Amino acid sequence: MKTFDLSEATVRDLNQALHDQSPECVEREFEVLNPKGQHNLACGIDQNLSVDIKGHAGYFCAGMNQKAHVTIHGNAGQGVAENMMSGTVRVKGDASQAAGATAHGGLLVIEGNAGARCGISMKGVDIVVKGSVGHMSCFMGQAGSLVVCGDAGDALGDSLYEVHIYVKGSVKSLGADCVEKEMRDEHITELTELLNRAGVDEDPTQFKRYGSARQLYNFKVDNVSAY
Amino acid sequence: MSNDINVNPGLRESATFDRTTMHEIRRAAETGIYDIRGFGAKRKLPHFDDLLFLGASMSRYPLEGYREKCNTSVVLGDRFAKNPIKLDIPITIAGMSFGALSANAKEALGRGASEVGTSTTTGDGGMTPEERGQSKKLVYQYLPSRYGMNPDDLRKADAIEVVLGQGAKPGGGGMLLGQKITDRVAQMRTLPKGIDQRSACRHPDWTGPDDLAIKIQELREITDWQVPIYIKVGATRTYYDVKLAVKAGADVIVVDGMQGGTAATQDVFIEHVGIPTLAAIPQAVQALQEMGMHRKVQLIVSGGIRNGADVAKCMALGADAVAIGTAALVALGCNHPMYDEEFKKIGSAAGFYDDYHEGKDPAGISTQDPELMKRLDPVAAGHRLANYLRVLTLEAQTLARACGKNDLRNLEPEDLVALTVESAAMARVPLAGTTWVPGQGF
Repeated sequence: MKTFDLSEATVRDLNQALHDQSPECVEREFEVLNPKGQHNLACGIDQNLSVDIKGHAGYFCAGMNQKAHVTIHGNAGQGVAENMMSGTVRVKGDASQAAGATAHGGLLVIEGNAGARCGISMKGVDIVVKGSVGHMSCFMGQAGSLVVCGDAGDALGDSLYEVHIYVKGSVKSLGADCVEKEMRDEHITELTELLNRAGVDEDPTQFKRYGSARQLYNFKVDNVSAY
Repeated sequence: MSNDINVNPGLRESATFDRTTMHEIRRAAETGIYDIRGFGAKRKLPHFDDLLFLGASMSRYPLEGYREKCNTSVVLGDRFAKNPIKLDIPITIAGMSFGALSANAKEALGRGASEVGTSTTTGDGGMTPEERGQSKKLVYQYLPSRYGMNPDDLRKADAIEVVLGQGAKPGGGGMLLGQKITDRVAQMRTLPKGIDQRSACRHPDWTGPDDLAIKIQELREITDWQVPIYIKVGATRTYYDVKLAVKAGADVIVVDGMQGGTAATQDVFIEHVGIPTLAAIPQAVQALQEMGMHRKVQLIVSGGIRNGADVAKCMALGADAVAIGTAALVALGCNHPMYDEEFKKIGSAAGFYDDYHEGKDPAGISTQDPELMKRLDPVAAGHRLANYLRVLTLEAQTLARACGKNDLRNLEPEDLVALTVESAAMARVPLAGTTWVPGQGF
């Protein structure tokens, strides 16, 4: 295992070492000490690495991740795992706003709560939050799944496209064109699989499903009041 | 009084309620929805035509037009990037998306730009292999929608342009209506086929200049500090925007005036938001100069540039390079009279066509219709664009030599005068024949 102590090394040193594994991997396990909330930790990885960040991370930690498995043993700042393509990012604490923003693939697990706009414009990622999510979560979500084991704030799924949203607790309000949908067998199966992948012990039958009513997909004069 | 010779000269058309205005009122009354169109602002605005060069005479020496060199190359993005972009000419191709444009049009833009040693730019929809393959220098736009954004393409780019806005619609997001969301476009954007795509107007994971600084650092980290980072803004509060962009860490700033084009947005947005390109340049240059960053952070100006005189005037006002969009499409064949009959069939006319969003472009440029797309030969169209870019360069050089300059970037505001009080005030150059710069005292 390679250890980077960020009280001595720089973020640039860390990221370059992680990127250097892309063409030929000579070290698969990395440990990051004393991150102290620094920004842009472990972003742009393109290799099947295991990265453990022992502390809090700042903005955009594990941004654009491909293949790697990144664990933040603390809280994560804004935009954790933004635009992730594949791999896994796990936040042991809470995550700030825009967690998993625009991510195309992979799995993001937040063991605490997530702030506003969790999963904004998500494009295929699966996100599992053990706690609650803030307002405008999944805003303009395009593809993938968002699982919330706690509660959801205002305007969940506003202007939603094709994301599957599952919430166990209460939803303060639904956003434009987001509706509650029937929880059929295939959804129980999908949710069970998501919870298993995330390592979260919850009963899938206790969740409700939300999705797009698909009424705003095309401009219609009758829908003007929704905009 | 009407200027139409077929109208009784005794009839007087209202300047306030002219026929176009009345047509729009009737259209709104019939449909209940605003007008969406492409192209840029069509209203008359103070523009580069309102400026003139002071050629050399007794107090300035001209350069020989056919014998003495006038440099046109420019390096962009040498502030932080390991690999800045070197262009042979200071005229780049502005961002236009695959989706808004056909794959053949994107390929033609790449071919034309590469033929003369300049760059082209992706758009809201990601990078296509055709575009990357034909563009020797490609700028990859990082937009609020992040459609098709991925780290592999990010690392293939020669520069990254973080788009905060565009001149045709500062404060608005992109728009691509269902007619153009084909299987390929939908797949690239992860959207259902046939929907009316309305892109976000704000970036999803940052707000404000302090966040932007962190975002730029993230992009640098992902790309190992190899390529320049541009910031593009629509021209509005340009002085402040440029200062904040420099502070956020931009290598290059792109300022797009309100004459800049778009593939689709509301007409009311195009005509009523933003400031003219002419007014934006001095604000941007002032901001850079006050920060000691003029020529260190390069300035690219776009919005209504049509000829070499416009290029030279931009550079005289302090730009390092310009970008063209609408003019490049016209060079490819957009609005060509050879399709006039077909334009009429869809309710338009050659020279007036702006319904790019409908995807019915007879010239095969702003369409995803496979049959229409075939009409544009990317090789021939690319060569036309290259020719046009050569003419722009030659014209700009001609004017620079006449002013005694052996480099386009040596042109300066002192070489210019204005024809109108408005243009003098905006460009901050004297009214012709006077020493008066409105707003600058005597």
